[in-house]
Amino acid sequence: MDNLNNLMQGFADVLAPMNLLLALIGVVIGTAVGVLPGIGPAMTVALLLPVTYGMEPVQAFIMFAGIFYGGMYGGSTTSILLNTPGESSSVVTAIEGNKMAKAGRAAQALATAAIGSFVAGTIGTLLLVLVTPVVVDFAVSLGAPDYFALMLLSFIAVTSVLGSSRIRGLISLLLGLTIGLVGIDAVSGQQRLTLGIPQLADGIDVVVVAVGIFAVGEALWVAAHLRRRPAEVIPVGRPWMGQKDWKRSWKPWLRGTAFGFPFGALPAGGAEIPTFLSYATEKRLTKHPEEFGKGAIEGVAGPEAANNASAAGTLVPMLAIGLPTNATAAVMLAAFQSYGIQPGPLLFEREASLVWVLIASLFIGNLLLLLLNLPLAPAWAKLLQIPRPYLYAGILFFASMGAYAVNAQPLDLFLLLVLGILGFAMRRFGLPVLPLIVGVILGPRAELQGRRSLQLSGGELSGLVGGPVSYAVYTTIALVLVWPLVRKFAVRPLRERSA
Amino acid sequence: MTVLVGYVPSPEGEAALRAGIDEARLRDEKLLVVNTSRGDALVDPRFAQEPDLAHVREDLAALGVEFDLRQVLGGGDAAEEIIELAEQADVSLVVIGLRRRSAVGKLIMGSAAQQILLGAGCPVLAVKAAGQE
Repeated sequence: MDNLNNLMQGFADVLAPMNLLLALIGVVIGTAVGVLPGIGPAMTVALLLPVTYGMEPVQAFIMFAGIFYGGMYGGSTTSILLNTPGESSSVVTAIEGNKMAKAGRAAQALATAAIGSFVAGTIGTLLLVLVTPVVVDFAVSLGAPDYFALMLLSFIAVTSVLGSSRIRGLISLLLGLTIGLVGIDAVSGQQRLTLGIPQLADGIDVVVVAVGIFAVGEALWVAAHLRRRPAEVIPVGRPWMGQKDWKRSWKPWLRGTAFGFPFGALPAGGAEIPTFLSYATEKRLTKHPEEFGKGAIEGVAGPEAANNASAAGTLVPMLAIGLPTNATAAVMLAAFQSYGIQPGPLLFEREASLVWVLIASLFIGNLLLLLLNLPLAPAWAKLLQIPRPYLYAGILFFASMGAYAVNAQPLDLFLLLVLGILGFAMRRFGLPVLPLIVGVILGPRAELQGRRSLQLSGGELSGLVGGPVSYAVYTTIALVLVWPLVRKFAVRPLRERSA
Repeated sequence: MTVLVGYVPSPEGEAALRAGIDEARLRDEKLLVVNTSRGDALVDPRFAQEPDLAHVREDLAALGVEFDLRQVLGGGDAAEEIIELAEQADVSLVVIGLRRRSAVGKLIMGSAAQQILLGAGCPVLAVKAAGQE
């Protein structure tokens, strides 16, 4: 009941005109960056982070929440109308959505995506309200060794579960951890990897890393691949659905939500896996199997609901434990830290009003997104006609300004360029970006918790294995690491023999 | 000698194509149909997609005009490409379509038609879409 009261208070706060305006700005920007392939909510939040230094933290987070949810909505528009997913989480939507659009049913595909996102987003946010306090109660009992174990799990999960190649994931994580090491060691006071440059003693600011890798890296990558055959946008009127479409959509929406939320809440869920699962399920359960592959509405409704529900789920570990499970959450975590707010179980006690306003703004943002996206989808598609040199010139401008604004030192601009080239090289060699960002943000915190456990045990390694939670977590890590080897050496030969 | 048509998949572009066909027949010359895009936006409505091109080819083949259809991708803007081609390909006449533009639009974005009219080394025929005053 207490939580409900808090939530109501949150609603009361978020309905202030200034906050509503910021929520609106957030969802508009979010949808726009979601529509544009290559520019995601993570990059946008990183770019806007320095801009929000002058605001109240609450207001900044209302805007970030809008961007986060908006990105999930916008991605579907590009997937359906252009067959180019705006976000990795809408890859699956493109499979059936674009086929529907080509068959003249673009309006219905956009409608089921938008309404499904709204339904899933609302249910997901409700679940967030219910689940997060439970997770917080659990998280309060965790000690330093448990946190260390959870963060290790997070590292292992983002590198080995997501992406195609474990080696590439590990390389990226290593780069991230290395960048996170730069600066003065908090325990011994030694300088690490500072190369004798005094400005580096404070470490490299996360904003500079995120902006360099996401924004500058992407801009260089696009500049290297600028000329390409323009694609055709399928013309569409105002999205709408007939009675039959509603009948075929509501079950996939709910099932998609059921897949999305828990996966988002897991330390390495992300939005990609649940969308694939939802697609596979709808394909199996559908009463119109002949339509799959030719534009089945279930194949749009399910995955779109799943990716929005997972966005809500992502916020559970981020707010309750301080563990980010996708790139946007990682950057938002960095934003919390830059305001001097430590995410984790104590957040709900110390910054209760901030958390509940944030959650209330998610409900508001969701509603705004439905109102914005349903009638305006064709207008959003027009954004794709912007010549990319103009777009990326603007992004580079914001990136440099933001990187400089953090500490007002020219060295940061140099670092930005170096990190941008690193981001370009990572795209060139197919290294995933997420492990690097998670490494930079979680690395120092994992080190802190790890060393705290060791200090408590007087340097005994057994101090790292604290209690039942860390046993369970280490077992999971072992399973995640061993399972592919088992499959490679035990399961596959068996299958080959039987085949 | 050749008649060059700057083609875009729009009523203006179609009008230019019709006028170009008439001129090519009248002069008994070949027809060169050009469509360009800088290719730096993800979507360019002035870039002819395959169905449009197929329809142009069909029409031209049915009319029995000797023609060449070219798409230029990733070069300069449309006006630069057409002026350059007109110099290279021994062109006697350039045919382009005009559309109504606002003064502000022209001020900000410039006008490809104006650039071609002023910059081309040969006569330019500018036509409007049917029903447009």
